[in-house]
Amino acid sequence: MLDSLLSLAIWTPIVAGVLILATGGDSNRDGQRTLALIGALLGFLVTLPLWSGFDAKSAAMQFEEIAPWLPAFNVRYHLGVDGISMPFILLNSFTTLLVVIAGWEVIQDKVGQYMAAFLIQSGLINGVFASLDGVLFYVFFEAMLIPLYLIIGMWGGPNRVYAAIKFFLYTLLGSLMMLVAMVYLFFQSGGSFEILVWHKTALTMTAQLLLFGAFFFAFAVKVPMWPVHTWLPDAHVEAPTGGSVVLAAITLKVGAYGFLRFTLPIVPDAAHELTWLIVTLSLIAVVYIGLVALVQADMKKLIAYSSIAHMGFVTLGFFLFNPLGVEGGLVQMISHGFISAAMFLCVGVMYDRVHSRQIADYGGVVNTMPRFAAFFMLFAMANSGLPATSGFVGEFMVVLGAVKVNFWWAALAATTLIFGAAYTLWMVKRVVFGPVANTHVAEMKDINSREFTVLLLLAVCVLGMGLYPAPVTDVMHTSVNHLLQHVAHSKLAY
Amino acid sequence: MTFSMPDLAPALPEIFVLGMACAVLLLDVITRNMRMTYVLTLLTLAGAAFFTAFTAQPEMRLTFGGQFVDDAMGDLLKLMAYFATFAVAVYSRTYLEERGLLRGEYLVLMLLALLGMMVMISANHFLVLYVGLELLSLSLYAMVAFNRESPVAVEAAMKYFILGALASGLLLYGMSLLYGLTGTLELPRLAEAVHAGVKDQMILAFGLVFLVAGLGFKLGAAPFHMWVPDIYQGAPAAVTLFIGSAPKLAAFAFTMRLLVDGLAPATGDWQGMLAVMAVMSLAIGNLAAIMQTNIKRMLAYSTISHMGFLLLGVLSGTFAGYTAALYYAITYVLMSLGGFGLVVYLSQNGVEAEHLDDYKGLNTTHPWLAALMAILMFSMAGLPPFVGFYAKLSILQALVGAGWLWLAVVAVFFSLIGAFYYLRVVKLLYFDAPKAEMPVYTSTPDAQALLSANGVAVLALGILPQPLFTVCITAMQATLQ
Repeated sequence: MLDSLLSLAIWTPIVAGVLILATGGDSNRDGQRTLALIGALLGFLVTLPLWSGFDAKSAAMQFEEIAPWLPAFNVRYHLGVDGISMPFILLNSFTTLLVVIAGWEVIQDKVGQYMAAFLIQSGLINGVFASLDGVLFYVFFEAMLIPLYLIIGMWGGPNRVYAAIKFFLYTLLGSLMMLVAMVYLFFQSGGSFEILVWHKTALTMTAQLLLFGAFFFAFAVKVPMWPVHTWLPDAHVEAPTGGSVVLAAITLKVGAYGFLRFTLPIVPDAAHELTWLIVTLSLIAVVYIGLVALVQADMKKLIAYSSIAHMGFVTLGFFLFNPLGVEGGLVQMISHGFISAAMFLCVGVMYDRVHSRQIADYGGVVNTMPRFAAFFMLFAMANSGLPATSGFVGEFMVVLGAVKVNFWWAALAATTLIFGAAYTLWMVKRVVFGPVANTHVAEMKDINSREFTVLLLLAVCVLGMGLYPAPVTDVMHTSVNHLLQHVAHSKLAY
Repeated sequence: MTFSMPDLAPALPEIFVLGMACAVLLLDVITRNMRMTYVLTLLTLAGAAFFTAFTAQPEMRLTFGGQFVDDAMGDLLKLMAYFATFAVAVYSRTYLEERGLLRGEYLVLMLLALLGMMVMISANHFLVLYVGLELLSLSLYAMVAFNRESPVAVEAAMKYFILGALASGLLLYGMSLLYGLTGTLELPRLAEAVHAGVKDQMILAFGLVFLVAGLGFKLGAAPFHMWVPDIYQGAPAAVTLFIGSAPKLAAFAFTMRLLVDGLAPATGDWQGMLAVMAVMSLAIGNLAAIMQTNIKRMLAYSTISHMGFLLLGVLSGTFAGYTAALYYAITYVLMSLGGFGLVVYLSQNGVEAEHLDDYKGLNTTHPWLAALMAILMFSMAGLPPFVGFYAKLSILQALVGAGWLWLAVVAVFFSLIGAFYYLRVVKLLYFDAPKAEMPVYTSTPDAQALLSANGVAVLALGILPQPLFTVCITAMQATLQ
């Protein structure tokens, strides 16, 4: 049982999803919802032993599973996690649980397919984080596009078709480049698709730069980094609330994770060589996208841009090549997972009542929904990086890490604390405070117990991580140091 | 001159199919019992599969004075061709019945076309190859024109016939040039002669150009693809289903026999031509498919791009490449059977489900059929975890392994473009609301069961891709030893 924890984490939700599909159409909505809840809960429970049984002192891969899968190409079903990937499996399974609860009443059309899509997607994403074989990684990496494509396209807003296709093609472009890179690495490493073997494969500078380009394409689109971010605001705006939550909380993290698992250790010399590029793009994301967020009239779009800015922090942290930076980036990823999920859920709560995402359509929500307003305020504070929330920890670590490398980088990065506060709090001010703006707002009912539970869970995570982040950083510490030692050594071949 | 009886055992399946085709024809004339002839056709296919599997031997066997070869690759392709023909018969039964096309002659033509494919697959001699090809082509011309009341179908048949005849002429011309150069029509001897060195490289190159052009026609690869969209669109959907599936296996065998068995020493010469054809097919197929509103036409262009991919495997010139191309051919036929099979299945009760709009909102009315279609579309787009992904992966791997990195990048680029029109079909199925007057589909249990198995196989082979690869590798090893 303990030997196949990762397989369980991957397959439990997928099997649950397929079972839900097998129950048929909309005649059995409640059964499907219950089944989805059971599946998501089970899926979350099987990931808990990953945390409790994890040996934080070891940088080696843990909970490994190896089985031949496609011997013709030497592809293996090789799973394993280290301190970098393990937290994301938990985060993903947790988010799926929230999404299932959040979509309980909101989704009335094709409930079974909705729930199944999220559960299958959850299993596939766990597969992405657990794969140690290149092809296996690629299979999960690309397969997860399919459920999300359907989620955006089937339950999204008016312009959903455009957004779904744009999202799909954009990300596919990146991943196809990566596929060629992987096949190339297969031959360079003497016939292996093992990611850990690739870490040790010596490569020439030209090869490293080309591979860097291919991986950069794949992951930068997913993160997304400026200037390949344009699919994200469209996708977010059109996606249903659950889709936005998963997109922001998890799929963006896959891109950043790729940098740590592929780019840095496989092509370290190219990574050092091109640090300027990543840092520049990250800082542009932080500063420029922060300004763009400021002028958004659509709440979802605003949060989408804020996500891009926050992810800029993550990539900046990774390319500082010091423990504070990388760990800060990872903490930021997890924290952003909670906060962005919460923000999108909050917008979803309002959207369900008023059916508008425009800031201008709201005002004085606190008068009609005081409990909700309190939550919204808390998450907004966290989004702007208030100390004692999780948003602060990661940003602070990255800024500290950046100061060690280059003061001006740190100075520019720190502007996010200003811009972040400006666009988030200004939005909250316009939406939540002031007199009741119109009859719609006057008719809004405060959150029910289901919404309360979801938001409370997230609030606990946000505050818990903000007050005491040590459990998270402890898990990562050894793995991050190991990675940085590896990256510090050149593996150039001549 | 003494006549010695050739060993008939390697050709047993062919003899059986020929005999049964005659039996079906006679039975049809005598009894006019459609049910009986239909069942007999299916039994013929099962019997042929039995003979092929039963007589399969690991080593290659030659007969008819070395003109006919029975090897592992041939057996595999034939088995797949039986399956494809079987599926075609099951999928199209209601379609044909409804339109009054299900007649004995139709089934006989189908069996004869299959026989033509089998001969092509097993040919070891230019003339045998040609005879097989003509048997296949003539049967197909007649099948396209089978609905003689439809002007579109007759026009398509005419086009097909004229262009097909032109292609056959090109092939014959190429063959005669090579014959003049080497003095032999037998493929292994041709290889020896070319290997030993020919007097005039120019004639070899000319012969090769004609052969490759003829081959391009038969495969439907650009720039010889003009007939494909028109025929696919004009022919009755059931015939399109047939043309789009099994003959591709024969065309692949044809390519392998001609270029790899017969002209291996001239690999460097034909590699360049195939590279041009492959890139053009990928470009034209994928770009033109985007603009189509007719699903048959769209799938026709998609076929062209798939043939481009298949050629990429062949032109890599390595064992890995040939295996990848074999795998690609088999999986493509599986996907194409499912795709066209659904088009045929949904064309019922007087409706021709030809326009993309006919698929709007299928998920709302028939979720399972929509899911099958989506699986096939994603698989054709080459997305994991469907079998189409491994087909593309193996081709890419062969290309990079043979040092054609740039071709791999080109192939990937066009795959991205191709993804768009497959996604558009999924969009119609899932995102759009059904049309106001949605036709009622009567479910046919046998066709639906086989279609489901077909779709699920595309997914299952994607989750567990190894078995089919093992089969392909073993077959290719036995053939190219």
